[in-house]
Amino acid sequence: MKSLKTFSKGGVHPEDSKELTNKESVKNAAIKSSFIVPMSQHIGAPAECVVNPGDEVKEGMLIGKAAGFISANIHSPVPGVVKEIADVYLASGNKSKAVIIEPSGEFDQSGKTADPVDWSGMTPKELQDKILEMGIVGLGGATFPANVKFTPPADAKVEALVINGVECEPYLTADHRLMLEKTEEIFKGLEILSKILNPDKIYIGIEANKPDAIEKMEKLAAQKGTGIEIVPLKLKYPQGDEKQLLKAVLDKEVPSGKLPLAIGAVVSNVGTVFAIYEAVVFNKPLIERVVTVSGRGIKKPANLKVRIGTKVGDLLEDCGGITDDAVSIVMGGPMMGFSMISLDTPVIKGTSGILVLTKKEMGKSVETACLMCGRCVNACPMGLTPTKLYKMAKRAKYEDAMRFNLMDCKECGCCAFVCPANIPLVQGFRLAKKMANKKAVKS
Amino acid sequence: MINNKLIISSSPHVHHKDSTSRIMLDVIIALIPAGIWAIYVFGMRSFTVIAVSIIAAVVAEYVMIRVMKKGSIGDFSAILTGLLIGYNMPTDVPLYVAAIASIFAILVVKWAFGGLGTNIMNPALAGRCFVLFSWTGAMTTWRAPVTNPDIGLDALAGASPLGVLQTSLLDAELPVMGPLELLADYPISNMAASMSEWFTSSFGLIIHPHYFDLFFGNVSGSLGEVSALLLIVGGIYLFIRRVITWEIPMAYIVSFGLFVWIFDGLRFGQGFFSGDVAFHILSGGLLLGALFMATDMVTSPLTPKGQIVFGIGCGFLTFLIRAYGSLPEGVSLAIIIMNILVAMIDRFTGPKLFGFVPKEKKK
Ligand code: SF4
Ligand code: SF4
Repeated sequence: MKSLKTFSKGGVHPEDSKELTNKESVKNAAIKSSFIVPMSQHIGAPAECVVNPGDEVKEGMLIGKAAGFISANIHSPVPGVVKEIADVYLASGNKSKAVIIEPSGEFDQSGKTADPVDWSGMTPKELQDKILEMGIVGLGGATFPANVKFTPPADAKVEALVINGVECEPYLTADHRLMLEKTEEIFKGLEILSKILNPDKIYIGIEANKPDAIEKMEKLAAQKGTGIEIVPLKLKYPQGDEKQLLKAVLDKEVPSGKLPLAIGAVVSNVGTVFAIYEAVVFNKPLIERVVTVSGRGIKKPANLKVRIGTKVGDLLEDCGGITDDAVSIVMGGPMMGFSMISLDTPVIKGTSGILVLTKKEMGKSVETACLMCGRCVNACPMGLTPTKLYKMAKRAKYEDAMRFNLMDCKECGCCAFVCPANIPLVQGFRLAKKMANKKAVKS
Repeated sequence: MINNKLIISSSPHVHHKDSTSRIMLDVIIALIPAGIWAIYVFGMRSFTVIAVSIIAAVVAEYVMIRVMKKGSIGDFSAILTGLLIGYNMPTDVPLYVAAIASIFAILVVKWAFGGLGTNIMNPALAGRCFVLFSWTGAMTTWRAPVTNPDIGLDALAGASPLGVLQTSLLDAELPVMGPLELLADYPISNMAASMSEWFTSSFGLIIHPHYFDLFFGNVSGSLGEVSALLLIVGGIYLFIRRVITWEIPMAYIVSFGLFVWIFDGLRFGQGFFSGDVAFHILSGGLLLGALFMATDMVTSPLTPKGQIVFGIGCGFLTFLIRAYGSLPEGVSLAIIIMNILVAMIDRFTGPKLFGFVPKEKKK
């Protein structure tokens, strides 16, 4: 057997725990209580709220308008009435204005099969506009507005479109299920992206722990003929990161501080491709997404199709509630997600998972002094020296840390994962970056 | 309701199961077989020496933790330091010497810069060297193992093979064949004699019985260093548990072996490429040093590249001191010197940054 591709430097192998949900087909989440729809669910400027308390909204109606070049539209996930506009906290700890909707009335979109739109006559520009209109953002977690990403500068040539089906975060199986259950649709979405970007070649990178998805996608790729290559990848976190994925698939390194386009590549998550398909073919705005609810602290782990704005607490109830030994609720994956304090935190466009973890599976122990063991250095996929950076950060030597490429740190968590001294390295880096930026602004 | 028992933590939320205390504990576990052997061949006095070393180290650590208000006995690092000091002592060393070595190791070497993780030299080695230079006589008087009691007789008085080699080389008429010729009078255990015979009769292999004694540990020496076999077993355990990686021990042992093979023959009036590699690797503290002391995380380089450089440096210096120094053994000093160079090695062997073109490729 030919050895599988992966990226070369660093990376870790956390227990993947995907068996909890990878056989669970996607089910619809119940509609339980009010919906909290933040105006800031993406990278860039928050959307401008265009509804007022008391307004009646329809399913899929525009409630937040993209404000500025890098921003995204927000639509109402349910029909109902706007109860209030309030500031809420997101899982990330950031504050955002949010529209709170009390569901009522008729669901006129979901559950009904709309007639597919024939998009073959649409120009790339019209397709890009459609993506903007439907509020599509990158669903892999970065939530970068998709229309911006898929509007490369006129002089840039897209050699490779790399589709991210890696899902390297442990526990998460949302993309896995999507690739199994919506294979055809994803390929149709690829046709749309092909038309926009006109890439020389399309690659779909999938980690080897999803053999059924690889097989199914390969079969369909073969039927569709040339131009699409499925690339099975050897298991290693953080392979789903754009830079590591490109290194694995194309064996090219995106230069520090640059975008993938610098090496002629555009990367998109499979979930995003599916959302683009629905947006273009069914005129469906991004009002729901697949979320994996998992962890050993939840009674019935599942993959759910969840409307944006659903409260985490409602989802947990949907999955049988939490066990007595649950100690942490995380939005996102265990390596990069955010732990939450309130069960009223809403699911947003970038939410790939809700994890309820027990103390045992978190595996943390007491923090000690750094042993200089070098494990963080060998685990860092960016080639940084976390132990040194952390010491600089602790002594508030932010300029020094910047010189040693602190800004290349993507907070992937590999270093802190392996650190036997259990030092909160990532936390330190996050803070140091903030402080360094503040200083840079001041001077 | 559940809000008050939730942990709010920074990502990552899952963690590898290793911890500082688990690593220290693993090293301690890996050292136990060699210690049991020491107690068996050198008697209960060995146990006392080890126990005193550990107690002294732990007490010193406890005091420092109280004074500096940081650290914890629970990380097991002080126990490990004490254990290693015990292993580097002769059986009949005065107990206060062992205690002083431990206290010096913890108080001066480990805490001078701020405790765990900040020390430049391996505390156990530095502690041992300190008492070696202050109480050289007591530190180089050995007891014969019960498995080879003749070593205790008359002129030898429990000398170690390396010690005998050094003194007899001074008055030897060169050329001689190598270390084994000079050790012709060194006693051989019954077990080694019969094993050597068995190999000759069954396989036609001629293996000198001294090698068996060195391999199993039927020679005089510091407590923990004599049994090559049990140290290797411990080393394999650490390797399987991923506490150590192959770089330092391999680079150390292989480079040391190469230097011996190429140059050590010259001392005996032979040509290049005639050194007795097996003898040198199995004797003295080489394996204890290469597997358990040079691999100390705190005092070795961060990256595999750096660790290889470090290992080769240790190998080179150990050879240099053993072959040409005034002491019969050079492992401790070699590692300490390399410890001091770690910061420099780290500077030149850092990881390759992702997304930067190497300079020579840049136009
Ligand atoms: S969090 Fe930053 S420093 Fe740590 S491994 Fe990831 S990129 Fe490297
Ligand atoms: S992994 Fe932790 S203990 Fe090891 S060098 Fe890095 S920061 Fe220090």
